[in-house]
Amino acid sequence: MAEKLLEVDDLSVHFATEDGTVHAVDGVSFQLSRGEVLGIVGESGSGKSVTAMTVMGLTRDVNSRFGGSIVYKGTDLLQLSDGEMQEYRGKEIGMIFQDPMTSLNPVYRIGEQITEAIRAHERVDRRTAKRRAVELLKQVGIPNPESRVDDFPHQFSGGMRQRAMIAIALSCNPSILIADEPTTALDVTIQAQIIELIARLKDEFDSAVIMITHDLGVVADVADEILVMYAGRVVEHGTIRDVFYDPQMPYTWGLLGSIPRLDRPRPERLHTIKGAPPSLINMPEGCKFRPRCPHAFEKCTQEPRLEERVGTPGHLDRCWLDVEYKRAHRDETISSGTTEAA
Amino acid sequence: MSTNGGAPLLEIKHVKKYFPIRKGVLQREVARVHAVDDVSFAIREGETLGLVGESGCGKSTLGRTIVRLLVPTAGEIIFQGRSIERLSPRALRPLRREMQMVFQDPYASLNPRKRVGTIVGDPMRIHKLGSKKEQKARVEELLETVGLSPEHYNRFPHEFSGGQRQRIGIARALALQPKLVIADEPVSALDVSIQSQMLNLLEDLQNEFKLTYLFIAHDLGVVRHVSDRIAVMYLGKLVELSPAEELYQRPIMPYTEALLSAVPIPDPDLAAKRERIVLEGDVPSPIDPPSGCRFHPRCRYATGVCSEIEPPLVDYGRGHLAACHHPLNVDAATLSQVSAAPESPAHADRAALPHDTSGESRPPGS
Repeated sequence: MAEKLLEVDDLSVHFATEDGTVHAVDGVSFQLSRGEVLGIVGESGSGKSVTAMTVMGLTRDVNSRFGGSIVYKGTDLLQLSDGEMQEYRGKEIGMIFQDPMTSLNPVYRIGEQITEAIRAHERVDRRTAKRRAVELLKQVGIPNPESRVDDFPHQFSGGMRQRAMIAIALSCNPSILIADEPTTALDVTIQAQIIELIARLKDEFDSAVIMITHDLGVVADVADEILVMYAGRVVEHGTIRDVFYDPQMPYTWGLLGSIPRLDRPRPERLHTIKGAPPSLINMPEGCKFRPRCPHAFEKCTQEPRLEERVGTPGHLDRCWLDVEYKRAHRDETISSGTTEAA
Repeated sequence: MSTNGGAPLLEIKHVKKYFPIRKGVLQREVARVHAVDDVSFAIREGETLGLVGESGCGKSTLGRTIVRLLVPTAGEIIFQGRSIERLSPRALRPLRREMQMVFQDPYASLNPRKRVGTIVGDPMRIHKLGSKKEQKARVEELLETVGLSPEHYNRFPHEFSGGQRQRIGIARALALQPKLVIADEPVSALDVSIQSQMLNLLEDLQNEFKLTYLFIAHDLGVVRHVSDRIAVMYLGKLVELSPAEELYQRPIMPYTEALLSAVPIPDPDLAAKRERIVLEGDVPSPIDPPSGCRFHPRCRYATGVCSEIEPPLVDYGRGHLAACHHPLNVDAATLSQVSAAPESPAHADRAALPHDTSGESRPPGS
């Protein structure tokens, strides 16, 4: 059994705003062990980024309210003071963001931004830190790292900037790397490179990865486990095989069906999930996906708990529908999309 | 989607767009960015042509050149039978009604200080179409067409989600009832679930208003879904042009093959089994593009000839054109016919025209 690094239990994150309380994350639980890749999937506003940022301690604010616990190697990160959290952020848990254009500081050289991260956590002199920066740039696949280390971000392409971001995130050898939509702003070809790089570095650095995305295709060949989030809740949780080959939540079907697929004949119409995610201030009664769900029935006005309903250990979902009914009907959504042709 | 419209709505011939790089006090030109380098193709009425390639391949520059937001360095742009590449801004104005653009970033392309009604109605005000009342009615109708509600008339862009903003951008593009819509990465900034809504909407609008699309994107999965034909660009060059399904069944250019293999497949078993061709590095600089075939430094099939001679765009039949010394998925018979064909400039012109996909068009020389 690999070392358990992170245990998130019943995490909730609420923000007090002028318009009311935003229930950004509600009752999210998951575990992460060394060597594992966890994919968190959902639309914008589903709470996936807030979950990750809370693990990093980036959502701390006077208006934030937290519940539950985030236990990292035996320490509950939520109980730490801001100063203590600083010791973990970057050193134990590294993070890369969606937009490599805005997450690097344009007026500092790439090398300076990497050495800054190293010197914030370790007592090393500038020369050693710079040598480490060059080494890191080499590991993330930047050509001529010795000279590129003195470049400014604008001299890097989008893919190279994301590589530089990964170098910064890995500079202190963190046990967990959180990648928040690391490839959304990149070309498909560069996306393939970056995903491969993250998977390779995970092994080299012997760490665990949380990969956040709205596109299930991106995590299909790297993730071990998938967490599907909707309206701040986990609506389905299982191994990659559970979620791709036996998905239980109509929302997961919708996400799978929305992707234009190259491995199948082109459908007349793409499947769409009707409407938009609910407001996190005024949530619908019962199952939060009910207003958009084509399969909703009376029972859905009560909110289902996240539990094992399929009989596969560890495969959890929040759906009242009968398992056999779902197995019979889900392909209409996932693979054709022709059903609602105009 | 009917493609049997016949005459091309838009034809571009040998279009080039170079950007000068100036240095020094005298601002002398020291180099040029070869953003678009000798591209020819045609789009038929009612057709959707997908234009794909990585960032920096010149696809957006080409789109902007076609609507004359940029002036081409050389070449011809023929819209509805009329050359427009040298028209003055005043002479262009009536043509702007016929050609509209949808932009990639729905956050940056809408003025945050204007209300939705003004954003969508502005094109009509500029072109002085109808009375104020008619314009308002038309805006409300447009908002409904793109799936928003007429009550949104007085709202500001920040009150909308990314997908809704893109709908506003589409409504604005449709306000003047254009013939040609150039959509530059219209869905890349959106979630997959919203992306599929948008693709379906674009398709509905095409059927309803008989639109012709030039659909620019980097994701071949998306492009396949909307396009009748697909053009692949690399470093300013058109490297492959083919009917959509044909391109996916048998890509000829190794670059296309690599692009196809980079599209993620949401199926763990298939994804693990399939060979993924990861292209090394980034697109080279268009200031000093590689010699010969511009793709050769990243191509796994490259040989000596590739770095010396630039491959011409060759017609492999069925409307499938590609520029490669080592074509993939081509049988020996086709190959020998193709190599026997003369490569005169006239031939290149003919090749740029769309072929009738229904009939059997043979490669020249047969």
